[in-house]
Amino acid sequence: MSTTVLEGKNIVRDYHIGGGLFTGPRTVHAVKGVSFTVDKGKTLAIVGESGCGKSTLARIITLIDPATSGELFIDGNKVDIAKGGLTREMRRKVQIVFQNPYGSLNPRQKIGDVLGEPLLINTDKPAAERRDLAMKMLKKVGLGHEHYNRYPHMFSGGQRQRIAIARALMLNPSLLVLDEPVSALDLSVQAQVLNLLADLQDEFQLTYVFISHDLSVVRYIADDVMVMYFGEAVEYGSRDEVFSDPKHSYTRTLFAATPRADVASIKARLAKKKAA
Amino acid sequence: MPLLEIKNLTVSFDTAAGPFMAVQGIDLSIEPREVLAIVGESGSGKSVSMLAVMGLLPNTATVKADRMAFDGVDLLKLSPSERRKIVGKDISMIFQEPIASLNPCFTVGFQIEEVLRFHMGMDRAQRRARAIELMKLVGIADPEDRLSSFPHQMSGGQCQRVMIAIAIACNPKLLIADEPTTALDVTIQKQILDLLVSLQAKYGMGLIMITHNMGVVAETADRVIVQYKGRKMEEADVLSLFEQPKSNYTRALLSALPENAVGDRLPTVSDMLFEPAPSVAGASA
Repeated sequence: MSTTVLEGKNIVRDYHIGGGLFTGPRTVHAVKGVSFTVDKGKTLAIVGESGCGKSTLARIITLIDPATSGELFIDGNKVDIAKGGLTREMRRKVQIVFQNPYGSLNPRQKIGDVLGEPLLINTDKPAAERRDLAMKMLKKVGLGHEHYNRYPHMFSGGQRQRIAIARALMLNPSLLVLDEPVSALDLSVQAQVLNLLADLQDEFQLTYVFISHDLSVVRYIADDVMVMYFGEAVEYGSRDEVFSDPKHSYTRTLFAATPRADVASIKARLAKKKAA
Repeated sequence: MPLLEIKNLTVSFDTAAGPFMAVQGIDLSIEPREVLAIVGESGSGKSVSMLAVMGLLPNTATVKADRMAFDGVDLLKLSPSERRKIVGKDISMIFQEPIASLNPCFTVGFQIEEVLRFHMGMDRAQRRARAIELMKLVGIADPEDRLSSFPHQMSGGQCQRVMIAIAIACNPKLLIADEPTTALDVTIQKQILDLLVSLQAKYGMGLIMITHNMGVVAETADRVIVQYKGRKMEEADVLSLFEQPKSNYTRALLSALPENAVGDRLPTVSDMLFEPAPSVAGASA
C-alpha cells in the first residue's frame, strides 16, 4: 500500500507585471492548471525548456511562493502559505536543492554552519547535537569530518552539490525538490551525484520531484514523467508510457532533438553524409 | 597539408603555488572540410588549447609547442599584429555564452559589420548588404530590422546565430566552436548544431567542436580527440570511438551516460579509472 506524499490539484500561478510610464500592466500565466500526485519513495520528473514554468512549479511545491489558485496537499494535509503562513513543521517536510552549487552556498559560511543552520532555525536542538548530526550527514553524502570547517570555495562543483543535498536532508524531509541538480556538473560527477540520490532515496524512503531538461537523466531516474510546455502539462504518465509512446507533438519534438550517442544512429548519420 | 597542425603543445599558468600545467603535450591536426570534436570534462584543457591557437590567453599563460601551424604559416613566429590578421578572418571562434560574448552597447548589425570593416575593408553599403546576407544565412527572420537590435532584445539561440554570423563573415577556413550549445535548450541545440554542420559542408570549412556532451559528438563529428587533465587519452574516428573505445577513460565516460545504465547504478569514472596523479596539487576538477 503506497501513501501519497504530494498532490497538486489544478495549480495556477500568475505573475502580475506592473505597467511603466508607457505600458499598461499585464499578467503572465506561468503555470496554467497543473495536477499531479507522487507516492512515497517515488520520483516525479518534470521536463521542459526554459520559460515553461517548471521552476515556478518547483517554488510552489517547496512552499516558497504561493499558488494563485489550486490546492496543494503534502502528506495528506492541505497547505496554503498565502493564508496560513508556513509552520516549522511544514518547512521540515519539504526541502529543495538548486541548480547552481556555486550560487546556493554562502561563501562566508563554513560547511558545518551551512549544515547546522536548518536545525538552528527550525528546531530547538542544542549546539552539540547539531554538530553531531551535521557530521553524520557529511558521512552520508560521501564527505568526511575534515570538511566540517572548510569554506565552499575549497570544494569542487560535485562536492558542493553533495553539501547542498546534505543541507536539504538535515531536517529529515519526506519530500525533496531537485531543481536541475546535475545540469551544472560534468558527466562523471553527474553519475556520482545521481548514484548518491538513488542511495539516499532507498535509505530514507525519500520522495523526489526532479526537474530537468535532460531526457537521458530523466529516463534513468524517474518513475513518472510530466512534460511542461508554456505553463501546461502536455504529457503526464509513467516513464515507460511517455518514452515509448509520446502523445503530444511537443514531446515528440523534444525526443527528436535529443542527441543520440548510440552506434546505430552514428552509422545512419555517416551514411547520410556520404550520400549527400 | 593539414589545415591546422599542432605538435606537443604545452600551456602553463603562473599561480601563487607555482606553474599549473593546463595542457601537457597535445598533438592535434585537422584537415580541410573535416569535423573534429575535442571531448573532455572541465579542467581537461580542451578550451585552453584552442585559446592558445587563437592567441587569446592572458599574460600569465606560457604557451610552448614544437610546431603550431595554420595553413602552412607558423603561428608561433608571427608578430601580434600579423596574427590578428588571421584570427577572426581565417580562423574564427564562437563561445559558450552567446549573450555574454556580444557587446551589450552596440547593435548586432554594428558587431557583424565591424569584422567586415577590419578584415575585408568593405565600404558601408557593401557591409550592410553582406550583414543582411549573413543574417539570412544563419536563419534570422527580418534581417533588415534585426540588424538594429541590441543583444538583450534577442533570445539566447538568436544571439548564438549572430555569433555564428560574425564568425563566418570572412569565409574562414577553420571555425572553432567552444561548447556552442551548452547554454541552450535541447530543441534550440538541435537547430544550432544542424546550422553549424550545414554551413561547414556548404563552405568546406574545417570545424573543431569543443564539448563535454557525448551526444553532440555523436551527432556532428568525423574524428574525436578525448582529453583528460591536459593529456590526450584517445584519438579515433567517431564510429570506432563509440564502438570500441580503446582507453579506459573513454570507456568510463561512455558508461557514465545515463542512457547506457545497466541496472540501478551508474558506473562512475573513478570506479573504472586508476587516477593518474596530477602534476601539481589542486589540479583536480
